[in-house]
Amino acid sequence: MIVYTLKRLGLAALVAITVSIISFMLIRLSGDPAIALAGENATSEQIEFIRIQYGFDRPLVIQYLDWAHRALQADFGESPYFQQPVTRIIGDRIGVTLKLGVMSLIFAVAVSIPMGVLASIRPNTWIDRIALSISVMGQAMPSFWFGLIMIIVLGVWLRLLPISGTDSFAHYIMPTIALGYYGIPAFMRLTRSGMLEVLSSDHIRTARAKGLRWGKVLFKHALRNAIIPVVALAAVQLGFMLGGSIVIESVFALHGIGYLAWESIGRRDLPVVQAIVLLLSMIFVALTLLSDIINAFLDPRIRVK
Amino acid sequence: MATSAPISKILDAGLGETVIFPSPGQVIRRRMRRHKGLIIGGIAVLLTFLVAVFAPVLAPHDPYAQDLSKRLIPPFWHEKGTWDHPLGTDNLGRDYLSRVVYGCRISLIIGFSIMLIAVTIGTTMGILAGYFGGTVDMVVSFLVTVRLALPAVLVALAVVVLIGGSMTVVIVALGFLIWARAAVVIRASTQQIRSQDYVAAAQAAGCSTIRILLTEILPNLADNLVVVATLEIGRAILLEAALSFLGMGVQPPTPSWGLMISEGKEFMLFFPYLITIPGTALFILVLGMNLLGDGIRDVTAPEGRT
Repeated sequence: MIVYTLKRLGLAALVAITVSIISFMLIRLSGDPAIALAGENATSEQIEFIRIQYGFDRPLVIQYLDWAHRALQADFGESPYFQQPVTRIIGDRIGVTLKLGVMSLIFAVAVSIPMGVLASIRPNTWIDRIALSISVMGQAMPSFWFGLIMIIVLGVWLRLLPISGTDSFAHYIMPTIALGYYGIPAFMRLTRSGMLEVLSSDHIRTARAKGLRWGKVLFKHALRNAIIPVVALAAVQLGFMLGGSIVIESVFALHGIGYLAWESIGRRDLPVVQAIVLLLSMIFVALTLLSDIINAFLDPRIRVK
Repeated sequence: MATSAPISKILDAGLGETVIFPSPGQVIRRRMRRHKGLIIGGIAVLLTFLVAVFAPVLAPHDPYAQDLSKRLIPPFWHEKGTWDHPLGTDNLGRDYLSRVVYGCRISLIIGFSIMLIAVTIGTTMGILAGYFGGTVDMVVSFLVTVRLALPAVLVALAVVVLIGGSMTVVIVALGFLIWARAAVVIRASTQQIRSQDYVAAAQAAGCSTIRILLTEILPNLADNLVVVATLEIGRAILLEAALSFLGMGVQPPTPSWGLMISEGKEFMLFFPYLITIPGTALFILVLGMNLLGDGIRDVTAPEGRT
């Protein structure tokens, strides 16, 4: 277990370094970041000033090492638009995104696991068909469009829920559904196939033969085994949801880091964009590492592979 | 015994002359006819394709022609709707039906191009990793992990904005961002094929590695490739729509469905058709692609069904 954890840790570190190089290079795609930062009407003196102020005149490797060194201390420089440290701007907003991400994950799991279990107990019946149809439709529905439809129906016609902002729990309901339903198909299919596999195994038959109650067999013997891959998927899905929240946050005007990233891209606020890309990637790396370790802990067979 | 029977009609001695064994092609065709999802998906995709090809014939108006005197005319099912503009007009007085019809072209072209890039990259990586294993496999798995760690929509947005938002940039940026799934799927299938006897036979016969990869492995991945490609088109279309919706994908006045939803968003409370129509079109096309992809998988490899 320790060897496995160390191996995973090393891999995660390597991924983290590579990702940081990519997010560092990302803002240099346009050619000269100084021109992008200075804006369209800047004079060549202003551009030169920015180039020296941000250190763009130094060799790329030095720039990266310097940036990475400061990033490790949670210092991403100053945002030219806000005239404030990037860390503080992101710190103010990340709470909203994390809250939305975690709530969406809970929503997706809470809907899909019962659905997957039901579908697996009665495979190829109408319950199974409905569950499958929901998951197929879910995968085809654009989340931003689903969000807008909810705003029209639930927010404006029925006046049930507030349509934008983050003031109360009710403000998060529609964004949570819009972001979370996208994870439902994956969770449901995994739960269903895992349950089908476990339910046909010998130890379930033995448990049934011993005369244990069906409910107990289902939840204590079957679901426990089938849920292991779901835990791994949950970590990965949370990462995808945080990354995908950019679309949902802009639909519902939630001021999280997704919305911030969208606005910052529009106004060429490059240090902020860079920091958010790096932060989201790092969260993803940490989540997958965590899921690998939890998985190996729950299922000893994985450690040997 | 019938002496002139074709190969597909070889008679089984034990069961008598009436039993005819179907050929593999017949088996697949029969499975296809019985697979509802495949048929529905196939029809949806075929219809969209036909609409895209015959867009100039089907569209009643020029999708770019603005007429400010005819702004926001509702569709025909409303009292104020006219048959001159069956699906109404948008905020600039452009015929909505024509824009939706031309939108089929944009979605299909973009989806298909992104898929080509993504599947080419993913297949190359997947075959190499699956066939060689070892270090190559480790490098590819590492690249997949790195790619998955990056938030795709955000990176695509940044790239499109920094380089400049043209359709080509959107296609290349997304193509280089969504190859990971193809790589994972193709790698797994290649690992299975690699251990087959015919690959060992080719190796023993002294075939070059390139030859084995191209003539032994690749043709046997065809079914898988078609499935992956179909599903990836669906995903690519959704991503393009999301990018265009955020205003950083395809630029106006191109009739992209995502962009139409974005433009209609402002007026959606009084004119909901502005977003429901392009959204439904998007939903039907992507649903069709997914059903078609899943269907092809079920038909060609029913044993791997989950």
